[in-house]
Amino acid sequence: MNEFLIQPDVVIVLVGTLVGIASSLLGTFLVLRKSSMLSDAISHSILLGIILVYIITGNQYSPFFIVGAAAVGVLTVVLTELLASSNRVKNDAAIGLVYPLLFAIAVILINLFAANVHIDTDAVLLGEIGFAWLDTTTFLGIEVASAVLSLSAVTLINALFVFLFYKELKLSTFDPGLAAALGFSPTFIYYALLSLTSVTAVTAFDSVGAILLVAFIIVPPSAAYLLTDKLWKMLFFGSVFSVASGFLGYLSAIWLDVSIGGMMAVFTGIFLALAFFFGPKYGLIAQEVRRRQQRSDNTARMLLVHLYNHEQDDLSVRENAITALSEHLRWNQQQIQRVMEKSLDDGLISRGPKGERLFLTSKGRVLAQEVLEPWEHNEPKL
Amino acid sequence: MSDILMIFTDFTLRNVALGAALLGISSGILGCYALLRQQSLLGDALSHAALPGVCLGFLVAGSREFLPILLGALITGSVAAFIIQYLTRRSRLKTDAAIGSTLSVFFALGIVLLTYIGNQNNAGQAGLESFLFGQAASIVPSDVMVMLVVTLLSIAFIAALWKELKVTTFDPEFAGSLGYPILTLELLMTSMIALAIVIGLQMVGVVLMAAMVIAPAAAARQWVLKLEGMVVLAAVFGALSGVVGAVLSSSYRGLATGPMIVICASVIVILSLLFAPNRGLLWAWVEQRKNHRLLQGQQVLVDLYKLSVRHDDPAYPSELGMMNLYYGLNAKRTLTRLEQQGFVEPVSHMREEGQHWRLTDTGLNEAQAVLSSLGNHNE
Repeated sequence: MNEFLIQPDVVIVLVGTLVGIASSLLGTFLVLRKSSMLSDAISHSILLGIILVYIITGNQYSPFFIVGAAAVGVLTVVLTELLASSNRVKNDAAIGLVYPLLFAIAVILINLFAANVHIDTDAVLLGEIGFAWLDTTTFLGIEVASAVLSLSAVTLINALFVFLFYKELKLSTFDPGLAAALGFSPTFIYYALLSLTSVTAVTAFDSVGAILLVAFIIVPPSAAYLLTDKLWKMLFFGSVFSVASGFLGYLSAIWLDVSIGGMMAVFTGIFLALAFFFGPKYGLIAQEVRRRQQRSDNTARMLLVHLYNHEQDDLSVRENAITALSEHLRWNQQQIQRVMEKSLDDGLISRGPKGERLFLTSKGRVLAQEVLEPWEHNEPKL
Repeated sequence: MSDILMIFTDFTLRNVALGAALLGISSGILGCYALLRQQSLLGDALSHAALPGVCLGFLVAGSREFLPILLGALITGSVAAFIIQYLTRRSRLKTDAAIGSTLSVFFALGIVLLTYIGNQNNAGQAGLESFLFGQAASIVPSDVMVMLVVTLLSIAFIAALWKELKVTTFDPEFAGSLGYPILTLELLMTSMIALAIVIGLQMVGVVLMAAMVIAPAAAARQWVLKLEGMVVLAAVFGALSGVVGAVLSSSYRGLATGPMIVICASVIVILSLLFAPNRGLLWAWVEQRKNHRLLQGQQVLVDLYKLSVRHDDPAYPSELGMMNLYYGLNAKRTLTRLEQQGFVEPVSHMREEGQHWRLTDTGLNEAQAVLSSLGNHNE
């Protein structure tokens, strides 16, 4: 066990999956609140917090990094909201104005004061997950990678936050007005969420870098959102996608000999694409199948109504003949064949002795009545 | 001052400043449309999505030539824009999630390609990373020529389709009813924005280029109402931040060009937000304060008047302490202001009590005027 936890590949996969779980837990709520781009802003601007703490303390490994980063993260959000609430620019433009400025200042400060140390600008964006196993520490007598330890702590904190404030988070996400009326302070929850996002971002910074972190925050919850309507399922699926992306990303990165963090993020994207196409309810294919089903249901209803309308009158011999359908309902032979077969299979109509005329079965008649007089019945159902 | 004069003498600086001005102009002009369509973050997505294109262009061309890289970035940028549109239209994802997902996954793809190229041991790859943050010093005159062509192209594009773009931007439904090909126009506009972003990558970098689309346009929006003026002003602001940023960055080692240009653009935004006539936050604040004072003065005046009516004494002296209690310790300043206007005057009523104030004749008239303007004739 002791050996196992510090093996490079175990450490790398652990770091990836922990970042993924920690991020997607928070990302779920950001995606649902339609403020997921704030995570993009935060993960860039915390660089300013990190470099400011470095300049002040002169230390590369200071616990104040978390504090500084969280403070700048919240500052980003506050500035963005202030700018948007001034009504001089729209919300999206406010995001795009605030974080580039903070990030640009951070890059300049790094060049001026920290050019030769650990914080170099490339690593900020890319992360160095491949080296996460080099730095180990002893915890409870077991040797573990520092990144694994700190990320476990962050994941635990995020999970606890979501668990303890589940009701509050849920309510302030879906109905902030009601949450406020019930005294839950959606603003507090909102800022707690974004502070934790900043803390997660700074902890994950070394490993995956700013922009790949954004992938972990936004993409798995988005994929989960395409699969389910239940909040807890969304949290669960998001975590599952993150863990799977961590594993598969690592394996494929080793295989192709490319950036590990990059491949992990690419896999979150692959899961999103899969959910987009194959999701059981909201997937593109499911949508198309449902649309076809509805179309065929509607043609069947039309046939039933047509037969019902002419059932009693004198013209029924002529109108309810198969040959009349192409003329009156403007269907081509193929359509007629399809709708007739389906309705016969469903036991809604029957053919006359000579096979030319169509008759409603009692089941078909009830359905036609339901369509024509829905107020007498429940929803028409085939 | 000598730094500015160096534009004319220093070869590299002249290139960089010229290039920065050109990229400022093109992104400023096209940014106006992105801003007005509320697609500001599209620029963010397009610039991040350009990274895999840069790598692909490099892989295909086998060298760090500008044109193939530009083309690659243009293609992946447009693909990303299409995916964002498709995701928002055909799934339940909202715009922010669609943009964020596309942006980060495309960027990750770029990182993957970057490391793949890094493993190829190709000598020409050196400095491909500079597209992340931009590297102004690597700009050569031929790059500036490409930027010039793109800038002229953007201007020609806007000029040729001025009316169509304007209508589609402000009222897409009306544009549709006029029979304009909205989808094509939108596609063209997105491609042009992608193009403007791509030519800025070398100088400003993938990460910060988004700001160059948003900032000049957002600043210009504060000063003018008309699209014509906004486009021109955004171009001016863009060029200004480009040149000033380039000159500043050359004046001191360590001030990277890209971030300096973005900081200059942001400063212009901040100044515009504060000081632009009509929309400036400073003027709004001054106006608000003025109104606040006016209302406070009227309130005190009316209260003094009502007290005097109640006491059947037009010159009824009201005590300051009481009024302070009433208005939360603010009455003294308001009363002093009213005194300067000649509406009230201090009186000593009873020595052991505090200062008293009463209405003057003009004050009485003013209070009556205020009340009647409010439609209050009861008292």
